[in-house]
Amino acid sequence: MLAPGFADPVHDAQGTFRAVMDALARPGLPQRLDAGPNPPAPLTPELAAIALALTDADTPVWLDADLAASSEVAAYLRFHTGAPLTEDPARAAFALIRDPARCPPLARFAQGTPAYPDTSTTLVLALDAIASEAGLRLIGPGIDGTARIALSPLPDSFVAQLAENRAGFPLGVDLILTAPGRVAGLPRSTAVTEG
Amino acid sequence: MSAMGMLPRDGGAPDGAQVPSPVRERDRVRDAPYPERPDPSPQPSPERERAPGASEAGEAGYNFAYLDEGTKRMIRRAILKAIAVPGYQVPFASREMPMPYGWGTGGVQVTAAILGRADVLKVIDQGADDTTNAVSIRRFFARTSGIATTTRTTAATIIQTRHRIPETPLREGQILVYQVPIPEPLRFLEPRETETRQLHALAEYGAMHVKLYEDISRHGHIATTYAYPVEVAGRYVMDPSPTPKFDNPKMDQSPALQLFGAGRERRIYAVPPYTSVRSLDFEDHPFRVQEFTEPCALCGASGHYLDEVVTDDSGGRMYVCSDTDICETRVAEAAR
Repeated sequence: MLAPGFADPVHDAQGTFRAVMDALARPGLPQRLDAGPNPPAPLTPELAAIALALTDADTPVWLDADLAASSEVAAYLRFHTGAPLTEDPARAAFALIRDPARCPPLARFAQGTPAYPDTSTTLVLALDAIASEAGLRLIGPGIDGTARIALSPLPDSFVAQLAENRAGFPLGVDLILTAPGRVAGLPRSTAVTEG
Repeated sequence: MSAMGMLPRDGGAPDGAQVPSPVRERDRVRDAPYPERPDPSPQPSPERERAPGASEAGEAGYNFAYLDEGTKRMIRRAILKAIAVPGYQVPFASREMPMPYGWGTGGVQVTAAILGRADVLKVIDQGADDTTNAVSIRRFFARTSGIATTTRTTAATIIQTRHRIPETPLREGQILVYQVPIPEPLRFLEPRETETRQLHALAEYGAMHVKLYEDISRHGHIATTYAYPVEVAGRYVMDPSPTPKFDNPKMDQSPALQLFGAGRERRIYAVPPYTSVRSLDFEDHPFRVQEFTEPCALCGASGHYLDEVVTDDSGGRMYVCSDTDICETRVAEAAR
């Protein structure tokens, strides 16, 4: 049977969005994310909550190999969001990534255009752990001085890829990072270096 | 004269539950000219039965905060991209709202998309909590969402504003939502949207500097006093909405998140907290804000932005704080 979505669609979606908005507005400051849904594995509650809060028929969604392998995940997302699933990362408005270690290069996702940089992909990654005040060093809008954030696991050569992503500003992808009960943001405006 | 004491107030503390229900208020207005008329129906009408719920959970028949969930998702996605690219104008599918364009429909849509049950909303119009636009927007959200409203800058989590930034410094976690009429700072220099898009893409802002230079050549100083262009995070030139340039320095490195909504022009843009906002200027003509020679006539504050109030028909006038909350707070403290 199909797993249920938000228990309270209006207020759960609002709470999830505010956590994501605060996370992107304050990179390096992880926010609490009380994810309501209990989706089919390997979709995590945090990925599901963000998908339910932000995607719909207007937003093509790309699933990584782990998620795409499960027909239950596709059925769950299709039913609850109505979002079309795409196999082309360059067409995706959102990308859900369950296995960050095997995330495709960031450059393969939509980067936006110089006139419309907002048309780039937003990547939502499920990590095991997010911790602040250690790890990568962040500078940029939303950060008072510098911030630090420890993420695991990370995609290959993540910092080099983020540097390339930052260099293309205002083009580039934005990252929403989740871990159980937490969400952090890495917008394209953030400069990331090894700690 | 104690103008402040006469002003209608929604109350200084969160008071959403006390906002009179719209139905009862409508009845009162209708009944007002005929106080002697007996109540035609002692039975509670369906409207009356609905009224108690309206003050707690929002107006019956409407979604929380008026907008449907699909519209909120669309606006929320635009807000996230606006935060990721500070100062860039994200197009969005602006809706018809139950108020005309020009009355803050952009700000109202942004507020409706971010608002949650725990939020406390303040709305100001030119700094004042008690003008028509501010009162009706605050009441709109009290009706449609049942959330708490306030006039206290310090008590608010979301402040929707038309043309001012509160004098009280904002803090982390607060969100300032601006109502924007013309989001494109280059619009009066280049009317074509296709061209202004291109100019932003190329970061080609020479025309704006020429405009400011022409001010200097004509007036001897930069004569732009409101909607003074700013450069955000070293990249996009942005219209701060028609706030007086007095407020521009408050935008720089503000701990609060700043969101801008233009309803008619269908654009949303943002300045994240702790982001550089630099007013455009020249080395030999640095940016300067307005200065006022006299203090506020009501609270005696200097260093606040003042409104000129004409008090009679023989040239009498007074200068009072445009920010009614801080002015009232100072008057109350002095009276103690």
